[in-house]
Amino acid sequence: MINIKDIMETINMISEENLDIRTVTMGISLLDCADSDEDKACEKIYNKITRLAGNLVKVGEDIEREFGIPIINKRISVTPIAMLVASSGGNPVKYAKALQKAADATGVNFIGGYSALVHKGFSAGDEALIRSIPEALSVTSNICSSVNIGSTKAGINMDAVKLMGQIVRETAEITADRDCIGCAKLVVFCNAVEDNPFMAGAFHGVGEPDCVIHVGVSGPGVVQAALKKCPNGDLGQLAEIIKRTAFKITRMGQLVGTEASRRLGVPFGIVDLSLAPTPAIGDSVAHILEEMGLETCGTHGTTAALAMLNDAVKKGGVMASSYVGGLSGAFIPVSEDAGMIAAAISGDLELSKLEAMTAVCSVGLDMIAIPGETPAEVISAIIADEAAIGMVNSKTTAVRVIPAIGKKAGETLEFGGLLGSGPIMKVNLTKSPKKFIDRAGRIPAPMQSLKN
Amino acid sequence: MKTVVSVIGKDAVGIISKVSNICAECNANILDITQSVLQDMFVMVMLTEIKELNCSFASFSDKMKALGEQNNLDIRVMHEDIFNSMHRI
Repeated sequence: MINIKDIMETINMISEENLDIRTVTMGISLLDCADSDEDKACEKIYNKITRLAGNLVKVGEDIEREFGIPIINKRISVTPIAMLVASSGGNPVKYAKALQKAADATGVNFIGGYSALVHKGFSAGDEALIRSIPEALSVTSNICSSVNIGSTKAGINMDAVKLMGQIVRETAEITADRDCIGCAKLVVFCNAVEDNPFMAGAFHGVGEPDCVIHVGVSGPGVVQAALKKCPNGDLGQLAEIIKRTAFKITRMGQLVGTEASRRLGVPFGIVDLSLAPTPAIGDSVAHILEEMGLETCGTHGTTAALAMLNDAVKKGGVMASSYVGGLSGAFIPVSEDAGMIAAAISGDLELSKLEAMTAVCSVGLDMIAIPGETPAEVISAIIADEAAIGMVNSKTTAVRVIPAIGKKAGETLEFGGLLGSGPIMKVNLTKSPKKFIDRAGRIPAPMQSLKN
Repeated sequence: MKTVVSVIGKDAVGIISKVSNICAECNANILDITQSVLQDMFVMVMLTEIKELNCSFASFSDKMKALGEQNNLDIRVMHEDIFNSMHRI
């Protein structure tokens, strides 16, 4: 029989340390739904999503009950909608509404993929879709949008960067009455991945199968609790503990992924072995860094601690799953992490430190509320900086900032639920990057792209 | 399919009897029982075979949960694979 201590360890992880499967995400290709008639395309989309994902929520709940593991979210990612707009033209918002209808019918909490990939330039449908994002995110509630504006292979499309600064602002303005929630559903990527199960950046890449199941695991609380048992170990020992813990968490993700794929009759894609925090106490990445010995997240040493954490999570997890993918690493979304929120409020965590942290974490500047007066060109410049870090380091970076319309640094935006609450962080507004952003054009791909 | 029924809480008379009663009611075969006191808590773990269950898994699990709530115990029914995959390579 299984060792009683092992059983207790697993139960303790779930009941005390917030271990859960953060998301089971079904990726669905919509390429075969393209049509020159927009309404027909929308109808095909609705039919395909409800046919393939009709059972997704139920299967998720069944697995949750049988295995005793909470599965927090059931989600869907779809082919970037800009590719369908390319065939049909017309108003892209119709697609957003069709996706919302499908989300309501299937009961999933988000559908991601109101997206465009423009890292080297705009093709048919891309610009129209991007310009429709503010409206699409304001008339829907469960649709997520992302735009990829750069990659290590292609460089950075600065025309798109300039445009996205304006789009992020517009999205905030149009949803200002709801704490600018639209921007919480909009990510600007460099090196976006095609099999990411996490929102808001999930979309179903063109190289993926017709339908696939991805799983995103979580568990910052488990890592923190494990480190707590080793108050005087050196960093090598801490790395070892993180690896062991990540291994166990990922095994659980692998089990749930293969089980969900079997029950749904859909191929298993990947496990995304991320540490994804929530605003709940005991579910914070910042608190892991503090457990490692930092007085507060954001102080000097934070980047080094995060680099080690991110690396150890991958090393531990990679052995535990047959296919690892997605973003995999440690997320640092400010408003979704109790420790980050506290550090931002106390002023110990600043935007510049977060930018440095994104060079070693799994994604980028995430869920950061910025002053409402921040002009579009400054948002574009923040995006450009972040994309440059991703491009040069061959990693995914992203920007999900929320301009808090009508509010100033020091105040707070309340999103509720997993999105948490965002203390508005200080942005350098005294000197302008406007001329640099207005030049537009394309930043050429770096030397790192020439690997052949 | 085998499941692990775990019972955690303050020790009291008749816990095992109440849990095994539900197993008998639902036709779950008890394969192994082990118990211990960990950190002042009574912990009992029962491995059961449920392929001949005369009700749905959900109702078996709900009955156990309800018993736990009545007696101030944490009772969980979980598929054994979760422990195998986490703790064995």
